[in-house]
Amino acid sequence: MQRFAALLDALVLTPSRNAKLALLAAYLRETPDPDRGWALAALTDGLDFPAVKAGTIRALMAERVDPVLWTLSREYVGDTAETASLLWPEPLGEQPPPPSVAEVVATLTATNRASAPATVADVMDRLDVNGRYAFLKLATGAMRIGISARLAKVAFAQAFDVRVEDVEEYWHGQAPPYLPLFDWAANGAAPPRTDLLPLFRPFMLAHPLEAESLDLADYAAEWKWDGIRVQIVHVAGETRVYSRSGDDISATFPEVSAALTTPCVLDGELLVRGAHQGGEAGGAASFNALQQRLGRKTVSKAMLRDSPAFVRLYDLLIEGGDDLRKQAWEQRRARLEALVPRLDTERFDISQVIAAKDFDDLAEIRARARDEAIEGVMLKRRDSPYVAGRRTGLWYKWKRDPLLIDCVLMYAQRGSGKRSSFYSDFTFGCWNGDPDQGAELLPVGKAYFGFTDAELKELDRHVRQNTVAKFGPVRETDKSLVFEVAFDSVHTSKRHKSGVAMRFPRISRIRNDKPAHEADRLETLKALIAD
Amino acid sequence: MAPPFSWLRPEPQGLYITPADAWIDPSRAVDLALVTHGHADHARGGHSTTVATPETLAIMALRYGVIEAGSRAVAYGETVALRGDVRATYVPAGHVLGSAQILLEHGGERVVITGDYKRRADPTCTPFAVTPCDVFVTEATFGLPVFRHPPIVDEMAKLLAARENDAGRCVLVGAYALGKAQRVIAELRAAGYHETIWLHGAMEKMCRLYEDHGVDLGDLKPVAGVPKAALENAIIVCPPSALNDRWSRRLPDPVTAMASGWMRVRQRARQRGVELPLIISDHADWDELTTTIAQVNPAETWITHGREEALLRWCELSQRKARALALVGYEDEDD
Repeated sequence: MQRFAALLDALVLTPSRNAKLALLAAYLRETPDPDRGWALAALTDGLDFPAVKAGTIRALMAERVDPVLWTLSREYVGDTAETASLLWPEPLGEQPPPPSVAEVVATLTATNRASAPATVADVMDRLDVNGRYAFLKLATGAMRIGISARLAKVAFAQAFDVRVEDVEEYWHGQAPPYLPLFDWAANGAAPPRTDLLPLFRPFMLAHPLEAESLDLADYAAEWKWDGIRVQIVHVAGETRVYSRSGDDISATFPEVSAALTTPCVLDGELLVRGAHQGGEAGGAASFNALQQRLGRKTVSKAMLRDSPAFVRLYDLLIEGGDDLRKQAWEQRRARLEALVPRLDTERFDISQVIAAKDFDDLAEIRARARDEAIEGVMLKRRDSPYVAGRRTGLWYKWKRDPLLIDCVLMYAQRGSGKRSSFYSDFTFGCWNGDPDQGAELLPVGKAYFGFTDAELKELDRHVRQNTVAKFGPVRETDKSLVFEVAFDSVHTSKRHKSGVAMRFPRISRIRNDKPAHEADRLETLKALIAD
Repeated sequence: MAPPFSWLRPEPQGLYITPADAWIDPSRAVDLALVTHGHADHARGGHSTTVATPETLAIMALRYGVIEAGSRAVAYGETVALRGDVRATYVPAGHVLGSAQILLEHGGERVVITGDYKRRADPTCTPFAVTPCDVFVTEATFGLPVFRHPPIVDEMAKLLAARENDAGRCVLVGAYALGKAQRVIAELRAAGYHETIWLHGAMEKMCRLYEDHGVDLGDLKPVAGVPKAALENAIIVCPPSALNDRWSRRLPDPVTAMASGWMRVRQRARQRGVELPLIISDHADWDELTTTIAQVNPAETWITHGREEALLRWCELSQRKARALALVGYEDEDD
């Protein structure tokens, strides 16, 4: 438990992703089973002990600390587990040694509501202040330290020098403490079986197109739709819908999960039906409409009625007992085209291949595409197998050119980690009318990438030399600098004063040549809205 | 007859001793100031007469230039007679070099004003002396039961381990320029670390002053003008404000450490972008505050500044008479 506590503290205080990975990898390598598996589950919020709640801790503390002192302390520290770890009275006399993570998990699993207080108190007595903090976080299942499942998997791969795609595939369907997974990665045992469970398979991804041209005899082109990439798996009567990160989002889109009854693994774009008609194969709404449905655990009837979801299929990974991933894209495509007519047509259609004579013709078709649900064009090598991750030369994405607007720098905030001495997060605005007639700047977005290191230095210097006010880590500038902001799309938003929200804004170049009053107006930005 | 202790009044700018027309640690310039220690929030410049320990006067001279001819140096244990039959005795407070508690005696009543203090051993200053009194006027900077400073040897071990583990990086320790910096350096020496310790420009003069007063700090060098490669695996001490400032860009990938009692709370460390929190304070922690009140055992406890609510509550629970003076202007965000 002490080693786990030290890891937790280091992870909390380490800003850089690489350093977090190194810490986690070292822990996984050096810690024996089953502790490391339980720790991994705890860090990725995979443990739940219903008998222990924040209320359990409060009740324990009420027996040991004056209520006024508790409240004052809790208000200052801002976290119940941390406050309790600091206020816990050191026990008198010699205590048994600190428990292992596995011992703690076993004790917590065996406890019930009635025995929980005594169980927790007993463990608390055996730990030091950092150990108590880690234990309470583990017991109440509230780590919240920014370790995503993806980061944990990358660290796992790094720890044992195995491929992260394999980790992703074998991870699913494994329960803590993941003994078969560690046995495979650390000791070279056979990987866990995956074919009888509705498991997630890692997605195949694309590189941005950089070549001037590709030969369409080798590459097929299809539309890149602006929804969310999903994988739908049906096996042994069960269906799962997985997001790109491998999260199970079946409950968020019940109409989609209910619609698939054929044993297979499909890859496609989840969209909702709406006014922005795609034309040939049924219309899709813009991303903004889809966003209303994301992140919900339960879905109302009205939502299902007004914004029904469907999947536009790209690929077929497995059909029945046939794993097609090693076959060429052309062969998989033929199997997919044969399968789609047998699926529920209300929920599934196929992403059409674009009929283009040659690359120039494709470029023209791409330039003419006005559908808001189209994000660009995908180019897939006709003989490409379905492989996890980004593999050079197989798939390319050719996004639509970004939209551009000239904005005025308004506020800047310090970055974190390596950027902590730089003002690197920039809030920018557009004029709400004619600046010569007294119009004001309204913030329209925030960007913290897109610039080069040299440009960052220039921006940082500009902020420091042109500050008019400071609010903690934020500086307000004299609003004299114009930069060109590139973004993918802009939508109406009730949450922002300007009434608009941009997707993926980034700073494309600094416009030292442009005076602030010549920056764009809000009306220009609003004209680009795609809702 | 005047009510007890009415000769000492809390005013917005400090404690005022009426019969002597003198102030304790006033926040603006006055005719006669009794100063407990050299930190800027207690020792302001510009008083006509400053009464303080010789070390505190030296620190004030370093910070504010020449101290007026009327200043009066008082050694530990020495008593000064003020107007209106008030006697002031300076007693060690253990906070920083030259820090003092001030014992005031008037009309048979004894009041001790602690200024800032701690009870832990500190190789850079004289330890706190418990002084019996009727009224004990205490600080409460860390007056919450969550503040329990760990032994400083543990924190030094953390610092030295970070230096060992991060080859090619340096460890940058943010520490108050007066007191904390010298204590961290002296404790590093005590832990057996004898390499050069590098200093931010704002630290140099104060370290020299400590050395002039007999505190051995070992080999210290300014960081200015030193190439990056020469600072790999080095320990560098700077004021907290320089930790994430442009100044630190010249250093080889620093591990950001901060020596402060506030580092006890994770969120405080995170907010400041600190990777290596070192829980080191020159103030009394909760146990030291409550133990000291019990040892001094005064008839009344007055609390000057800090988190006074919790300490008031503790006094109430232990049936001690106490009040909060709510003096403003004593801030210790970095300690």
